[in-house]
Amino acid sequence: MARVIFHVDMNSFYAAVECMYRPEERHLPLAVGGDQEKRHGIILAKNEYAKRYGVKTGEALWQAKQKCPSLRIVSPDYPLYMRYSRKAREIYTDYTPKVEAFGLDECWLDLSGRDMDFHKASALAEELHVRIAEELGVTVSVGVSWNKVFAKLGSDMNKPDGTVIITPENYRRRVWPLPVGELLYVGPATTRKFHHAGIETIGDLARSSPEWLQDRLGKVGLMLWSFANGEDRSEVSEQDDQAIVKSVGNSVTTPRDIVGDSDVKLIFYALGESVAARLREQGLEASCVSISVRDTELYGAGWQMTLNRPTDLTLEIVNAALELYHKNYHAKQPLRSMGLRAEKLSPADPHQVNFLPESQRVEQYAKIDRTIDRLRQRFGYTSVRRAYLLQDDLGRMDAKGSHVIAPISFLKAGEKICLN
Amino acid sequence: MLELIPQNHEHNGKVYIPVWAYYSSDGRIKPLAVKIGDEHYTIDRILDVRPGASRKLGGFGTRYLCRIREQVLELYLEDNRWFMES
Repeated sequence: MARVIFHVDMNSFYAAVECMYRPEERHLPLAVGGDQEKRHGIILAKNEYAKRYGVKTGEALWQAKQKCPSLRIVSPDYPLYMRYSRKAREIYTDYTPKVEAFGLDECWLDLSGRDMDFHKASALAEELHVRIAEELGVTVSVGVSWNKVFAKLGSDMNKPDGTVIITPENYRRRVWPLPVGELLYVGPATTRKFHHAGIETIGDLARSSPEWLQDRLGKVGLMLWSFANGEDRSEVSEQDDQAIVKSVGNSVTTPRDIVGDSDVKLIFYALGESVAARLREQGLEASCVSISVRDTELYGAGWQMTLNRPTDLTLEIVNAALELYHKNYHAKQPLRSMGLRAEKLSPADPHQVNFLPESQRVEQYAKIDRTIDRLRQRFGYTSVRRAYLLQDDLGRMDAKGSHVIAPISFLKAGEKICLN
Repeated sequence: MLELIPQNHEHNGKVYIPVWAYYSSDGRIKPLAVKIGDEHYTIDRILDVRPGASRKLGGFGTRYLCRIREQVLELYLEDNRWFMES
């Protein structure tokens, strides 16, 4: 029996919710921007009108203002977005218990059943559009297919408020001409690699040799090849509320073996900078830090610890990682890969003003981190680097720029894979 | 310096109002009367109850379609506060 998978994407989610709550500003250019103080001011989402001025997600607030001087920028209201997200998932579970969230604004739904076919699915998609609009006042786009990867592609193809159905009969015509970068997990780095190999579209990828892909990209290469051919068989996993953003983590397999404490410190700094920067970008703090190591014999281990207080500071996260490492890893073998993860996340609250020297130091570190974030955002990652990381090529990687975000069902929760 | 708009779901048109309600033993909530300004208005009849979003005022929750003094009005229960669309 063929599966029927929906991918439902709430269009311009943050901006749509804000517009919903601001009837008088709904028809003006509006964007949700990261708080300037805490999250270094970038555009997180924009409405249709802002889009017309060329305002882009991810650019600095001042850039957006230059393109559109009348742009209204509102700071994000995460509790409200979470409420919306929860309510949307409640609606989805009226249709199936198999609902898997991918971020706050996207979900996969498994609607496979005895009587289900793509014709009926199309009617169901229509019903979803109407219900979400009536009950939540926002629009969704829906992709329908027999696998999760194509369903996700479909939801991107007819925004906003559209439905695209990708079937075994039409996928070559509809999916294969799309740029390969549209495929799940194909980030800019992989796109570049594909480009050099003459692979520009998803069809090119599907028709290329799996052996060659495995040779170049390893297991990921094979995975992408099967995605392009519609052979993704991963399940839509049922999960609870907590799973939305469970952790932020990075791991690297280094170009040469990691030998000695100074190498280890270097890698943890590189990983920690990336992890902490992403926490700050998403306005989150972690209460728990975990590390993983894998030695050259491919023996792996991992440990975790709870922090005294939630943090998004690079230094505190790196220090926790180093403490974990020194306390637990005694084998001291050369390492091949290392990972660092921030867990038990909660929205970052503005900290209480406090005159104790300890909290003043924390505030100073926070200022340094924010400044570095802003500099990197404006002038690129390499514009500011720790002197410590300059002494060795190991430290030259931009863990944040080269990571690929993977949802729970494909890889382990929140795992990032680096395609080296 | 860019201006950030403060978070506030209340605006000119959208005002939360006091409501008298009956909570049944099975958990259903039935609004009985509303207070608008200094006036109390009895809800004569509830015509429809369903989840709904108010595009006009912004917000979503349970929408009660109510008849009050020959007028049909939409009363929304948003989390645990009420607002009315006329």
